[in-house]
Amino acid sequence: MADRWSAGVIPYAELGYWQPDYEPKDTDILCAFRVTPQEGVPPEEAGAAVAGESSTATWTVVWTDRLTTFDHYQAKCYRVDAVPGVDGQWIAYIAYDLDLFEEGSIANLTSSIIGNVFGFKPLKALRLEDMRIPTHFVKTFQGPPHGIVQEREYLNKFGRPLLGATTRPKLGLSSRNYGRVVYEALRGGLDFTRDDENVSSQPSMRWRDRYLACMEAVNKAQAETGEVKGHYLNITAGDMEDMYERAEFARDLGSVIVMVDLTVGYTAIQSMSKWARRNGVILHLHRAGHATYTRQKNHGVSFRVISKWMRLAGVDHIHAGAAVGKLEGDPASVHGFYDVLRKNSYTADPSKGLFFDQEWASMPATLPVAAGGIHAGQMHQLLHHLGEDTILQFGGSTIGHPMGIAQGAEANRVAVEAMIKARNEGRDYLAEGADILREAGKRNKPLEMALSTWSDITFDYASTDTVDATPTP
Amino acid sequence: MRLTQGTFSFLPDLTDDEIRLQIEYALAHEWPLSIEFTDDPHPRNTYWEMWGLPMFDLQDPDALLDEVRACRDEHPEHYVRVVAYDASLGRQTVALSFLVNRPSEEPGLRLERQEGKDRQIAYTTHAYATDRPSGQRYGRHGSHDGARGNGDGRG
Repeated sequence: MADRWSAGVIPYAELGYWQPDYEPKDTDILCAFRVTPQEGVPPEEAGAAVAGESSTATWTVVWTDRLTTFDHYQAKCYRVDAVPGVDGQWIAYIAYDLDLFEEGSIANLTSSIIGNVFGFKPLKALRLEDMRIPTHFVKTFQGPPHGIVQEREYLNKFGRPLLGATTRPKLGLSSRNYGRVVYEALRGGLDFTRDDENVSSQPSMRWRDRYLACMEAVNKAQAETGEVKGHYLNITAGDMEDMYERAEFARDLGSVIVMVDLTVGYTAIQSMSKWARRNGVILHLHRAGHATYTRQKNHGVSFRVISKWMRLAGVDHIHAGAAVGKLEGDPASVHGFYDVLRKNSYTADPSKGLFFDQEWASMPATLPVAAGGIHAGQMHQLLHHLGEDTILQFGGSTIGHPMGIAQGAEANRVAVEAMIKARNEGRDYLAEGADILREAGKRNKPLEMALSTWSDITFDYASTDTVDATPTP
Repeated sequence: MRLTQGTFSFLPDLTDDEIRLQIEYALAHEWPLSIEFTDDPHPRNTYWEMWGLPMFDLQDPDALLDEVRACRDEHPEHYVRVVAYDASLGRQTVALSFLVNRPSEEPGLRLERQEGKDRQIAYTTHAYATDRPSGQRYGRHGSHDGARGNGDGRG
């Protein structure tokens, strides 16, 4: 033991951060990191270093550790597995005692777990692949202000995916023209329209003018269809004071929903979640910026972790990939994200990139949003991959429809209803999808036109962020 | 206008055979069915009149379809919907809800605007039909309500 406390530098593994015999407690937060050590750094030492740097350690021995029950606070790397089929990468499993974290704070949780350690020199690269949040910690958050069940009841829409579209072009339209797109898309059959992530309050259209125009459009479409409609008014702004001002104005105009971008930060998101619960307004989150750190497999944070954090932080919607379409989204990974967001509990499933069991203890679910280059001709694939509890955002294929925006919306709505009906009738909708759509198109000109315009459009590129199946711990 | 509440309102009105297939789908998921009707199409009108209690123990699709027909016969000028309910933990809400009858004519809803200060407008949606008392809103003479005593206070 004398060596352990000698001044100087001792390998992390010898400081207690590598404990292959450690049995994680039910209350521990568990992490799976993909580590790429520098040449000559053994994987156990790399894992121990991550554990140390993300909990109590610094680079050298400090005597003040001895004033604490230090082995309680030390994170413990308890297992290291080589990533199958990839040289030089390991999955390090690390357990953290709950006492390391403040209750109900994503900012504090992430300051620990992804704080300094991602720049640590002995590692070439580091990726947080997954986390197990124990029920004890889950229960320090309230989660989504409404959740899928409450949102569906609020909107009076059941049994099918919801449909949305992003207003295009996203910048440059005046508020009057912008509202026109909203009105046409909603009266045509969509449930929601939305601001894009970079629409806040630019010179061509200030936020207040946009809100007024959009709510005129929403209310008019509501009266024409007898359905509840909504437009995600983006309240993202430079500071919380402006965000609250915009959110309150949206609420006062009767908007059922507001949206915020991931770029505002975790604490701002948690604040808006509280506000949304207090005011009965659905909270939509756009994951702007996420791919800068979620996409590369060797470094960053997997989107399944971001999904978990955002369900805790409390958002009702989150963009989570479409599996088909123009944006990154390997189907297996996307299935994993959707499980994180929607299920009440699940077991580890390496084929989906889920490293741990997770129990949400009845926390409401977050509704995943699929967007980016999707169209009516893919409806069977979208339903197959994403299921019913999702929002399909058909921006281009609504607004770019040759007959008009309302007709584009109608085509998408007819397609989704026809596919749900066929599925419920027991048809093999995935195999017969094209036929089902063609049949529906015979009775609906806008759908027929949409199918002939976009049927052949696919974005067939290999995914960057794929699952490297590893054994379950 | 065509009221587009419900899961299949953008498709042609379902035939009885098609309704039966949806009933079978619900039963296969152990979702009890119920039937509700209204003559108030407002999008925020949540509580339609119940055609009796949810049929928790009725598993026969033909018998359920008979109930749909009976409700429709009694309320030919009402909106009638079939509701499948998922009582499983974590859901405990409606799983599927679709229209099986609508009035022969649907005059629609009017948007009322109350202009306020700072260009703000307070909006209200008003169904033309609800200008008349319930039971006299659609069809030539309205429909005859509640003859079976469904606990709606008008039977």
